[in-house]
Amino acid sequence: MSDITKQSLTELVENIKNKKLSSTDVTKAFIERSEKSKELNAYITEDFTSALDKAKKFDQKPNLDLKLPGIPMAVKDLFCTKDVKTTAGSKILNNFIPTYESTVTDNIWKEGAILLGKLNCDEFAMGSSNETSFFGNVQNPIDKDLVPGGSSGGSASAVAGQLTPITIGTDTGGSIRQPASFTGTVGLKPTYGSCSRYGIVAFASSLDQAGPMAQNVKDCALLQEVISNYDPKDSTSIDFKRNQYSKELTNNIKGKKIGIPKEYRVDGMPKEIEDLWQKGIQYVKDCGAETIDISLPHTSYALPTYYIVAPAEASSNLARYDGVKYGFRAKGENLIDMYEKTRSKGFGTEVQRRIMIGTYVLSSGYYDAYYLKAQKVRKLIKNDFDEAYKKVDAILTPSTPSSAFRIGEKTNDPVSMYLNDIFTVPVNLAGLPGISIPAGHDSKGYPLGLQIIGKAFDEQNILNIAFAMEEKINFKNKITDWWIK
Amino acid sequence: MSIDLKTIKHISKLSRISVDEQKAEKLAGDLNSIFDFIEKLNELKTDNVEPLTSVAETTLKLRSDEVKSKNIREQIIKNSPQENEDYFVVPKVIE
Repeated sequence: MSDITKQSLTELVENIKNKKLSSTDVTKAFIERSEKSKELNAYITEDFTSALDKAKKFDQKPNLDLKLPGIPMAVKDLFCTKDVKTTAGSKILNNFIPTYESTVTDNIWKEGAILLGKLNCDEFAMGSSNETSFFGNVQNPIDKDLVPGGSSGGSASAVAGQLTPITIGTDTGGSIRQPASFTGTVGLKPTYGSCSRYGIVAFASSLDQAGPMAQNVKDCALLQEVISNYDPKDSTSIDFKRNQYSKELTNNIKGKKIGIPKEYRVDGMPKEIEDLWQKGIQYVKDCGAETIDISLPHTSYALPTYYIVAPAEASSNLARYDGVKYGFRAKGENLIDMYEKTRSKGFGTEVQRRIMIGTYVLSSGYYDAYYLKAQKVRKLIKNDFDEAYKKVDAILTPSTPSSAFRIGEKTNDPVSMYLNDIFTVPVNLAGLPGISIPAGHDSKGYPLGLQIIGKAFDEQNILNIAFAMEEKINFKNKITDWWIK
Repeated sequence: MSIDLKTIKHISKLSRISVDEQKAEKLAGDLNSIFDFIEKLNELKTDNVEPLTSVAETTLKLRSDEVKSKNIREQIIKNSPQENEDYFVVPKVIE
């Protein structure tokens, strides 16, 4: 089969279970395509030799009862993988070999999947374009010199470019949903506490969540089913009854009430985005759902709140990178000088900027004015959602205020880069699940996404809505393989 | 509000990130534009609002204090930029 890499995860699983394909066939196909796709720069670390060994071993004694039997998969380089280098896209971790496995990746391997390699991302997941990675920017398979979004840019590029059948990313302020939207793929940020944070390089601990990035909603539901579990090793992991998301998936959303928040109609939003949103509203109505106008009055305060809370937590989480126990070390005249030079040379510009912001808002005399204030506004933002969910079952918005932009276009203006996450950040602040699905193209032919936000722990509901909409939208990603010579 | 070079130097000390003059000026510019954007929060009255510290409304669970990972000393030490047998090595601290 020459078109292995074009198959969805669900198809590949079926074909392996029916013995039409072996794990070796599938693994080989994705390795070959990945090797022809170096120009995308989606990988930081390739683990192909070992992947092929594992596939052969799987085929000798295949366990076909597993959910991901012999499926090769590359993952974002923010997940610690035992004995495989994990960099978080940073020079400061560029030779770090974890002695343990993250819970989320462990869950994936236990279901039979095989690690292909580690995917590029913004440094410590801080960025919206994958341009802050120490290992260079990533190309969007949609068009040359177009960013894939970020921070899970390598993951989005690898799924859209069919270098991996599916992948996982992490989402602190939009890092799964925005790149999914920019590459015409599906990305789910689960409820905070749904997927374990154990073994994920920490950025902002009260916001970070891992989640699936896929070619379609069903694949996404299957991977969510695999990665979500209660984990005592993560103190904020929540013990709730998880669904069999892919098995319970239905396109019957008749009678569902879907909120349309007026505050997401922001100044300067391109007409194409507004039109897409209106189309989305029509689609859910066509599926038998009802739309209701709602208000989330504190929406415009979400980004300023995020840019206090996230850097504050980051400045504390990143204090551990001191050049002593692991990672890069610069020479210094004494201990303090070594710390300061290590962190100055080991961290990139954006990471240093955020550590500085975080340190400042937590520093003596400014804590109440900034950090405490932001925590209070965060409460108001969560209250907005709580209020809305008294009337609706889910909320429909655009995923991003624009389609993908060009490499270098926003690197000199941090605030304009931050504005990319205007529709995704409120969801993280409130700890809710959100999914981005491809819903159309702009005039340049670039994909645009719609976001469905759910109640906490209601992943099944937003997956169902996404599944029903997906059928109506019938989106086709325009991938020309321009990077394959 | 404006963040001056003196403040940048102070934050850089607290963050343990060395900053030269050129970098300090660039950072001051960036931070000022970011804080201009953040100032928007002052439009809101929040005197009677409870701060939200975590969206996970669970009480922390206790567990017994047991060692779970065994015999990984060598692997851990191997990740260090400079080690000496079983120790991490840092620049001399005591004269």
